[in-house]
Amino acid sequence: MPFQKMILTLQNYWADQGCAILQPYDLEMGAGTFHPATTLRALGPEPWKAAYVQPCRRPTDGRYGENPNRLQHYYQFQVILKPSPENMQELYLGSLKAIGIDAALHDIRFVEDDWESPTLGAWGLGWEVWCDGMEVSQYTYFQQVGGYDCRPVSGELTYGLERLAMFVQGVDNVYELDFNGAGISYGDVYLENEREQSAYNFEIADTDKLFEDFRKAQDECAKLLEAKLPLPAYEQCIKSSHTFNMLDARGVISVTERQAYIGRVRDLAKGCCTAWMEKNAERWRDKYDWEA
Amino acid sequence: MADLLIELFSEEIPARMQVRAADDLKRMMADALKGAGLSFDAADAYATPRRLALHMTGIPESTPDVREERRGPRADAPEKAIEGFLRGAGVAREDLVEREDKKGTFLYAIIERKGRAASDVIAEALSDTIKNFPWPKSQRWGDGSLRWVRPLHSILCLFDGAAVDMEVDGIRAGDSTRGHRFMAPEEFTVSDFADYRQKLLDHKVILDAGRRQTLVRDTAQTLASAAGLELVEDTGLIAEVAGLVEWPVPMIGSFDASFLEVPEEVLILTMKKDQKYLVTRDPATGKLANKFIFTANIEPSDDGSAVTGGNERVLTARLSDARFFYEQDLKGKLEDNLPALEDIVFHKDLGTVAERVERIRKLAVHLAPIVGCDPKEADQAAELCKADLVSGMVYEFPEVQGVMGRYYAQAQGESDAVADAIRDHYAPLGPNDACPSAPVSITVALAEKLDTLVGFFGIDQKPTGSKDPYALRRAALGVIRLITENSIRIALNQLFDQDLGLLTFFGDRLKVQQRDKGVRHDLIDAVFAKGDDDLVRVLNRVAALSGFLDTDDGTNLLAGFKRAANILKIEEKKDGSSYDKPVDVSKLGAPEAEALSDALARAKEGAENALISEDFEGAMAALSGLRAPIDTFFDKVIVNADDADARASRLALLAEIRTAVNTVADFSVIEG
Repeated sequence: MPFQKMILTLQNYWADQGCAILQPYDLEMGAGTFHPATTLRALGPEPWKAAYVQPCRRPTDGRYGENPNRLQHYYQFQVILKPSPENMQELYLGSLKAIGIDAALHDIRFVEDDWESPTLGAWGLGWEVWCDGMEVSQYTYFQQVGGYDCRPVSGELTYGLERLAMFVQGVDNVYELDFNGAGISYGDVYLENEREQSAYNFEIADTDKLFEDFRKAQDECAKLLEAKLPLPAYEQCIKSSHTFNMLDARGVISVTERQAYIGRVRDLAKGCCTAWMEKNAERWRDKYDWEA
Repeated sequence: MADLLIELFSEEIPARMQVRAADDLKRMMADALKGAGLSFDAADAYATPRRLALHMTGIPESTPDVREERRGPRADAPEKAIEGFLRGAGVAREDLVEREDKKGTFLYAIIERKGRAASDVIAEALSDTIKNFPWPKSQRWGDGSLRWVRPLHSILCLFDGAAVDMEVDGIRAGDSTRGHRFMAPEEFTVSDFADYRQKLLDHKVILDAGRRQTLVRDTAQTLASAAGLELVEDTGLIAEVAGLVEWPVPMIGSFDASFLEVPEEVLILTMKKDQKYLVTRDPATGKLANKFIFTANIEPSDDGSAVTGGNERVLTARLSDARFFYEQDLKGKLEDNLPALEDIVFHKDLGTVAERVERIRKLAVHLAPIVGCDPKEADQAAELCKADLVSGMVYEFPEVQGVMGRYYAQAQGESDAVADAIRDHYAPLGPNDACPSAPVSITVALAEKLDTLVGFFGIDQKPTGSKDPYALRRAALGVIRLITENSIRIALNQLFDQDLGLLTFFGDRLKVQQRDKGVRHDLIDAVFAKGDDDLVRVLNRVAALSGFLDTDDGTNLLAGFKRAANILKIEEKKDGSSYDKPVDVSKLGAPEAEALSDALARAKEGAENALISEDFEGAMAALSGLRAPIDTFFDKVIVNADDADARASRLALLAEIRTAVNTVADFSVIEG
């Protein structure tokens, strides 16, 4: 199954389960969880079902296109179901079946892996899902986001699309993945991008500008929080998180400073979550008899 | 009498929590039943990745009837007091009887409680158990408020063959469960434990973790021998694997032999920790083989080649990563890593790792002649001992710190002594870890731990109670083991610029360590009270003392010493002065006292000579010559004689005995 067909299949599958199929968020981020459709929507009483592809950037994972498994830019397929349904595991296994993973032929396992995002002040319990020993998804029941209890609990599924496609296609090198079933490979689309972006991330990126960007995003976020605009404020939080990742890749953040930077991003994330809750509190109270 | 069967069926329970959870289920239910007056014969608990089960036998149909009498206020007490008593006892006025005793007429409540049906007690106990279950981490799910390790799906609760009527957070107990997630997912009902266990087996679930482990081990061994290899036994890993599958199907896979050039510690770590694979060795060479055993949770519908191929591909990708880091690291020298240590903060008040390395170097050079190694080698090993922390391999696999440093040191041509010291300087990591015995290794290992101890004691971060975040107790035990097991003669106090209380800390750790070997703590106190900071000598003294006190001479001398010391304590207090002064033999006024004085002179000389050559047994033997004269002295001589001079001389004689005996150990703190 070509890469793009797998994405389309997952989209169709989750659309059939009643999910809103969203498009990627137009900001650089380290994981699909950062998308406000997950982070902010996990808060409060409102039911929510969504699925989307999210391009993820992890500058430190860049390998100049020379490592067959590691990329600084890759895709996650993200599903969020709130409240987590009783048959969520079965739904998830159904999605694997849809992309051609036969549970009678392959060894699918739920292996303990608790999730925590220090930058989002979020944690949950769940598993990494193994298929013949390979981690193909992360499965989490959110317990807290931005330091707030999630009630009801959202179930989050994150598929590492390249890995999953490599498994399904039986390919050992990500760049050899069949992208479209009509002659275009993953490498045709992304190999040069990996080379150039790795060089940018590790060598060229102007650290003074990045430090400046980080500071500006922090300031802007604070200003927006004061103006009670959680959505644009949260975008600044996403930006500061990515800028921090870039600084990390440039190796200019010492071990001691690291914690302080993560702490600053977390404070912004928490502020955005608080503002989001306050903004919606009245509507939630009226509609869902909700109490903070 | 009837049986109880409980199964709590959930989404996948972390392997590491299963054994404890089964025990907790058994303990909590047993306690709850006992607490409610319900007895049972036996209880057995089981765990699989998706279920906790409990089987209890010999439970009566109901709890016994209970009749209790409770004494209340006097019959003529105010109405309010009587009402209070009624409320407390939960009875009505007509249930009270009056009884007379010596103090008057009192009201008694007769409380009669009929036995409760066992099924009611069980329902309540199970509900409480589920709600209060001590999972290390638990979660909510969906709209619910119940917490469990992962979402709980169903409860099976059968008592005497019938489903118990109970419900927890919307989950109603019944008599059915499900089989293997993929091979037999259908629901089925069960009638009792035997039926349950058999039907689970029919539905591809082995209930008993022990049986799953045996199956994994036996099959793995068969697979390994069929390939001409030997399975590396790993009980912990097999237990973990058995907690990841309900139906274990071990299979063998292989990886490209060229990966074997990567250090085997890394290969093993990758297979074991990341992939939960068992590893194999070539029995002829003892070297790691390129075949591994993994355990699937299904009998695949093909011949297993899809699952095996998948696992081989994953492992190949991981090993490629490991090889990449290894090769990258080998391109540079360990020295190249040193500047990066300046960026790693060891502790905010103790500086960077680079600063710590400088301290360890200084200390190692100082210790080298004491331990007996070349200071240059000690310095070289100390300088490089932390360099692998910033290597690519240790960044990826922190567990191989030290181990990788040794490989890289060897690759750049360091001596074996230096390379081994880099690997071993963390050791020993506890009471059972191997303790280094090579001089350079001992030196750097000591320096590393002493730096830790002096540093954290210096900033007042001593361990308190159960809190020891910097593992200082372990470091102190490491120092003790390094010194005593290698007979390193070193005066610890000379190593510390100031008194930080470290010697006392070592004394406490030494007591704990020796207690486990059966040595009396008071003997260690008795020796430590002498202020000796040479641990080898301390233990020799303790051993001699311990041997001596096991003899009749020893116990009697101790008794004699205690008697002398007690008398002195009383008399010195009374007189307000010390008798630690020369004995005037001419005033002793009793032949037994003079004899003791003579014996003491001999014993002192003998003991002193023996102590000079650290012959503690000889010193004890010399002191044992005092036993008979002391006994006779106390039999025949009155210490507090009417004659003031005689009294003073005799007390001075006792004081001299006290001093003489104390040269070997502080006998006053010895118990007995």
